[in-house]
Amino acid sequence: MKTRRQFHKVAAATAASLVAPAILGNRVFAQDKPIRIGASVSLTGPLASTKNGLIGYELWRDDVNAAGGLLGRKVELVTYDDQSSAANVPAIYSKLVDVDACDVLFSPYGANLSAPVMPFIKQRDLFMVGMFGLAGNDVAKHDKFFHSGPWGPNSGRDWARGFFDLAKAQGVKKIAIINADLEFSKNAAKGGAEVAKEYGMEIVFNQSYPPNTSDFSAMIRNINAGDPDAIFIASYPADSTAIIRGVKEIGISDKVKLFGGAMIGPQYGALLSSLGPELNGLVNSHTFVPEPTMQTPAIKGFFDRYTPIAVKQGVDPLGYYIPPFYYVAGQIAAAAITGSKSVDPKKMAAFLHANAVDTIAGKIAFNEIGDWKERRVLMVQLRGIKGNDLEQFRSPGRQVILDPPSLKTGDLAAPYNKARAS
Amino acid sequence: MFSIDILLNAIVTGILLGSVYASLALGLAITFGILHIPNIAHPTLVVAGAFFVYTLAQWGLDPIVAAVIGLVPFYVLGLALYLFYSRVFERRGGANVLQSLTLFFGLSLVVEILLVLSFGSELKSVNVSYIGSSLKFGALTVPYRLLIPALLGPVMIAAVWLYLSRTNSGTAIRAVAHEERALSIAGLDPAAVKRHAFGIATATAVVAGAALIMIGPVEPFGGRFQIGRVFAIVVLAGMGSIPGNLVIAIVIGVAEALVASYLNPSWSPGVAFAILLLGLAFRPQGLFGAAR
Repeated sequence: MKTRRQFHKVAAATAASLVAPAILGNRVFAQDKPIRIGASVSLTGPLASTKNGLIGYELWRDDVNAAGGLLGRKVELVTYDDQSSAANVPAIYSKLVDVDACDVLFSPYGANLSAPVMPFIKQRDLFMVGMFGLAGNDVAKHDKFFHSGPWGPNSGRDWARGFFDLAKAQGVKKIAIINADLEFSKNAAKGGAEVAKEYGMEIVFNQSYPPNTSDFSAMIRNINAGDPDAIFIASYPADSTAIIRGVKEIGISDKVKLFGGAMIGPQYGALLSSLGPELNGLVNSHTFVPEPTMQTPAIKGFFDRYTPIAVKQGVDPLGYYIPPFYYVAGQIAAAAITGSKSVDPKKMAAFLHANAVDTIAGKIAFNEIGDWKERRVLMVQLRGIKGNDLEQFRSPGRQVILDPPSLKTGDLAAPYNKARAS
Repeated sequence: MFSIDILLNAIVTGILLGSVYASLALGLAITFGILHIPNIAHPTLVVAGAFFVYTLAQWGLDPIVAAVIGLVPFYVLGLALYLFYSRVFERRGGANVLQSLTLFFGLSLVVEILLVLSFGSELKSVNVSYIGSSLKFGALTVPYRLLIPALLGPVMIAAVWLYLSRTNSGTAIRAVAHEERALSIAGLDPAAVKRHAFGIATATAVVAGAALIMIGPVEPFGGRFQIGRVFAIVVLAGMGSIPGNLVIAIVIGVAEALVASYLNPSWSPGVAFAILLLGLAFRPQGLFGAAR
């Protein structure tokens, strides 16, 4: 170095050559790092039967990554077991956002577990896809929340409206309503009572019962004393079984035209196979059944891959109720990211509010609080079930779609006692 | 609405449910009531018993036969559990209630997870010919789904009570709770007596499990819903009173059925505790327990 100035030039050049790659390299690294999708899943605890949804997430992730990822970046799932406890949910989502730096969030399963996370995502202005939380965003009204489930608008009141439409068409004047003392069932019964009143039906019996009630004989006798034309039931799997068996044991009036509505359980393989023919005649809600109006190559392809994994993992081998909509959640997130070319919650939400999304469950358009614009809850009647073989439920004609009219595959068989005996 | 039919059916249903509750509580009446070991894992062991019965039922065995087969393995399981408990706590002189509660709480979690890993998290049920039909006497309708499991309770309680009151080893079990040292002086090993009693208590879980799965489907976490009720029965009956266990369980069952029929079923979970509070207010030692 002849002069101090020359020395400074060389030093500056050396420093720049050392620092520049690091800066540029970081920029490249930021673009290459995976897009992280965070969720809590109920792997244990009373809601563990919903863990087959994880297969839906994983199939979607694998498909996206096989196709090159999103915006050229791989997709990574970050999931934690919430143990079916709402108390664990806030801490899990804080970690997903602040420690794991997830770009997109999927909610926990259902309204009970989702409720604690709604204030958090609203306050932090985060993007979230909701998983089966009935009326999950009706209070928070967060504009970056989108439902993967087909509950439709005003879901707290209207999601089971199909049952009451069928009842109205049958000339039902008197209705009985029973529900479990749990969030989903209470909402369903409250909404059902409002719709029944709107249709001019007299509610002759309206009662709730505690979770895990095993004997419904007293309730069934009291319902019979009210002499209803239809019975709307919002129950959980164990009580659904006890109610159906109770009706068989105690008997029910021949006047009853419709029985069921919002019973959780008969959507799952375990209950379908254990109750078998006892389910005949039941009219109940569902999200997917293998009827001709719903079978598309995309959904068929999904179940072709789901079934062997489910069998291997020992979860519901049918998986009609939840897993396809966990895959749909991924498709909603993917559409938002690719459509907005960003992982910015504001841009992603704006895209979904402006554009419908193609999914394996059909085309979905969202309203301002992320509900599907069109309710697509099915009311199906179980029929022709013989024995306890689960495979029969893969055939059309066992779960006939009565509502919505656009997907209808048959007419209601009534009264319930006659349909039950068929 | 009041009708004699509904009243009669509610009382009979309550008696049947009470008998089933007595089966569920019997193991705890032995471990907690006699041995003073707060085995809060007992309801989970009952669920494990239900899964054992479910497994054998898949091979075509009747749930009651399956339960009888399960008595020996569950007795051995009970011996092992007590051995572990005594090694960890009693021999070190640290078997206080809090530590014991923690141990059995942990045990119940481990059993639940093992059940999930072995059977999955789906509901499991058994199908036998008598489930779904009823016995009818005029206005009275008694579902076999409740009647058969309910019969197991009194039979099992009578057997255990006769064993404890009419045999030497039964007397030793009752004695060990009162005065271990005296038992040692008499030449008996208190640890062996307690181990045997714990084995019997755990063996009752498989019979109670058979009753549970005949009434309705079970899932690995189902034991959690039974803990409060079974503790209420054991405490209100009076620590160690086996026949009192049956009487109190039936009182609670009938009260729940009447509340469900005439007031609101949602109130029925509070019935056991309301009766417990009232009962303890008048007899702190329990309705059938001896004053100490």
